[in-house]
Amino acid sequence: MSESKQLTCEKFGRLMTILGVVVGAIGAILIIAKNSIKNAGGLSGIWQEMYDLPWFILLLGILIIILGAVRWRKYIGDKSSVIDTSPKAIKNFLLNNGIILALILMVIGIMIAEHRFMQGRVLVDILAQASPRMIIALGICFTLLIAGTDLSACRMVGLAAVVSASMLQNPDYANRFFPDLPQLPVFVPIIIAIGVCMLFGLLNGFLVAKFDMHPFIATLAVQVIVYGACSLYFDLPPNNSQPIGGIRSDFTIIGQKRFFQDELAAINGIPILIPIALVFIAVIWFVLNKTVFGKNVYAIGGNREAAVVSGINVFKTILCIFVLASALYGVGGVLEAARTAGATNNYGFGYELDAIAACVVGGVSLNGGVGKVSGIIIGVLIFTIIQYGLQFIGINAMWQQVIKGIIIAVAVALDLSKYRRN
Amino acid sequence: MGEYVLEMNNISKFFPGVKALDGVTLKVRRGSVHALMGENGAGKSTLMKCLFGIYHEDGGEIILDGKKQTINNSKMALELGVSMIHQELHPISFRPVMENIWLGRFPMIGGIAVDHKKMYQMTKDLFAKIDLDINPAVLAGTLSASQLQLVEIAKAVSYDSKIIIMDEPTSSLTDNEVSHLFKIIEQLKSEGRAIIYISHKMEEILKISDEVTIMRDGTYVGTWPASELTTDLIISRMVGRDMTNRFPPKNYETSTETIMEVRNLTASNPRSFKDVTFDLHKGEILGLGGLVGAQRTELVEAIFGLRGIASGTITINGKPYKAKNVADAKKHKIGLLTEERRATGIFGVLSITDNTIIASESQFASGGVLDNKKRRSIAQEENKRLNTKTPNMEALIQNLSGGNQQKVLLARWLLTTPDILILDEPTRGIDVGAKYEIYTIMQSLAAEGKAIIMISSEMPELLGMSDRVMVMSDGHMAGILEKEEADQVEVMRLATAYL
Repeated sequence: MSESKQLTCEKFGRLMTILGVVVGAIGAILIIAKNSIKNAGGLSGIWQEMYDLPWFILLLGILIIILGAVRWRKYIGDKSSVIDTSPKAIKNFLLNNGIILALILMVIGIMIAEHRFMQGRVLVDILAQASPRMIIALGICFTLLIAGTDLSACRMVGLAAVVSASMLQNPDYANRFFPDLPQLPVFVPIIIAIGVCMLFGLLNGFLVAKFDMHPFIATLAVQVIVYGACSLYFDLPPNNSQPIGGIRSDFTIIGQKRFFQDELAAINGIPILIPIALVFIAVIWFVLNKTVFGKNVYAIGGNREAAVVSGINVFKTILCIFVLASALYGVGGVLEAARTAGATNNYGFGYELDAIAACVVGGVSLNGGVGKVSGIIIGVLIFTIIQYGLQFIGINAMWQQVIKGIIIAVAVALDLSKYRRN
Repeated sequence: MGEYVLEMNNISKFFPGVKALDGVTLKVRRGSVHALMGENGAGKSTLMKCLFGIYHEDGGEIILDGKKQTINNSKMALELGVSMIHQELHPISFRPVMENIWLGRFPMIGGIAVDHKKMYQMTKDLFAKIDLDINPAVLAGTLSASQLQLVEIAKAVSYDSKIIIMDEPTSSLTDNEVSHLFKIIEQLKSEGRAIIYISHKMEEILKISDEVTIMRDGTYVGTWPASELTTDLIISRMVGRDMTNRFPPKNYETSTETIMEVRNLTASNPRSFKDVTFDLHKGEILGLGGLVGAQRTELVEAIFGLRGIASGTITINGKPYKAKNVADAKKHKIGLLTEERRATGIFGVLSITDNTIIASESQFASGGVLDNKKRRSIAQEENKRLNTKTPNMEALIQNLSGGNQQKVLLARWLLTTPDILILDEPTRGIDVGAKYEIYTIMQSLAAEGKAIIMISSEMPELLGMSDRVMVMSDGHMAGILEKEEADQVEVMRLATAYL
């Protein structure tokens, strides 16, 4: 290959930035055009059907600019780093990012099939739906990173929902769980609910670390125990397995509040769940990448024997993993109770498998040691978008299940072929 | 029919960077016991794996019964009349003994159902033939190691093979069982079968074999009738090689100051090391020699807190040391580079930085939060000092060569600033150039006053690098040789002292 034909990383970054500016500009022009047409006398035809697409294009442009500029800056003045543009490298790139590309294609397909999908409201809805799942997936990823799993996640969600809701009912509600319970500060029941989950998490960790039990079995046992315990609690008189309702508004606010809401202007605002999920994403990213504990998690998952030889306290680390994971499931359960203003012992059913599937699609290896927070975000988003989008274009729920299953199989097959090549 | 049932002519086998076999010849007579001898790593097992179809030879020819054969896999080897008793036994513990024997060739009823009754009878007959008293229906996992060994021998016999390879068949047998095995061998011989017998035990070899082929460093030394050989002759032919200049010149003084005293150390596991006593001096390289199974790895792993100790004491700098766990060992400034680089050393899917820092993370953290910049720069610095060749520090360690992986692991332990560094087979499976570099690093560490224990199964390395050589034999401390008195014959004599 001749010198001039090679694409240096610096040049690539520059080209990407320019592309981003162009895309962003198209978006901005469309926004202005659309607004002026609207002011001039109402939207019709193609302008009506466009919905918020111009804004999406603008956002996409800004994203490309940021990614391009970061690259450009990193390689500035570096002539030696070259992008491999051989057919093989391109094929590898497509394989490595196959699942994201498939997602993009699917989103475009849904947008074409149903133009109403191109609305900011839809995007916010999707993110809000993804938020509780994200927190649960972030918990479960720790157990996957040590080549384990956690089947008890679902029932812990239910447990936390029931426990927190049972103590946060309005004083004048007829069917109170604890009729004589005084008004507790909101954080007390929340802490109790999460604390109870952490205790069961400790049991998970103890079974796995102490008896070297496979996490599949240990957490299956705990799953059954937690469900039984939760049902017993739920069945206490006077409640007798009635759905818990009449939840205090100072509790439901943590699941239902929307920022920047303006009912007059028909702006739905941003649900509080999204910033909450962002906080947890940041915290877990920090834990995995910036702490000794995080490095130990990867090490135990990468090679447990070598971790022992390196002097890592494997017992303690495994305990911490399961306790931390359960705390996150607890948070998920509390948010579910607040969002729906109620709880039953069946809350959270099936969440653990969704969370595991999302992690695996996001590149977390079931063999342990491999997985990034960014991958988990993508995995969770893929499942939420698919589910929401398919519903949006009116595909029936049974077909949705089939498609979801196919995605899991294809994503993992792609991921494994990536490792086999090396 | 020719005189030889098997001729392996001029066999060569290459592994990446290593010539495992170089023109080796083995000719086995019909109805004879042919012993195959050589040090660890001489290529005996590789040669047998070529014959048994596990490896495919890169050069040379295999002639079975006068016909040239290409043996593609073990199944084919068995069909051609070659069976093998492996050194390591892998029974299916939760299945009956008879199923273990007839696996893959069960007697069937009408081609659909397994005929258990017939299988039981076949096994009974087989055991009766070689005078073995084991119930064919008991689970394989309930048998003792020696019973399993005998079952394995019965299995080899059941193939009705012309050639039976026995790789260290007596390693887990008692004296009575050994004589039982020899009776079986005599019987097989009288039936016209040939036995290829691999063992380190000189007396056995001289007693049972008709001919002896000796290998050394993957080459063929020669074949002699057993009657012409003595233990000393075998040893000198096994080790007789010239020492070329493969080691850096010694450039440091060893002190006589003792850093660690080990007294009567005995493992919890009764089959492991017993009553081991030695001193380790500051600034010396103490070589630890012995044959496979001498329990050297077990000894150092116990000192490192990875295995149980039943009795005995260890003192470090005059203070008692309990060796409870690895954290304790690290606190006492001990580091261990393990033998199995892949199994217990590297974290394949993690970066070079992570692999370098993992044993000393706490040095780079305040309140559990890591300083990633410092981690990377220190890891880079340490690897540069050891001359590790890496594309960048974020590359996965599994993509490095064995020698560079080993240097990363050395860097890992050096960052824990050990006073005592234990290196278990530090140069196994790495190329000559990287070996020399690791030797240089070891010497400079000794010059800094660190005490090094080096386990090595390579005789030249053991003699070339050690200031003193401690030799173990079957779990016992057989003796410690000063550099001047350590030679190959002496080490070999001690290594076989308790066999």
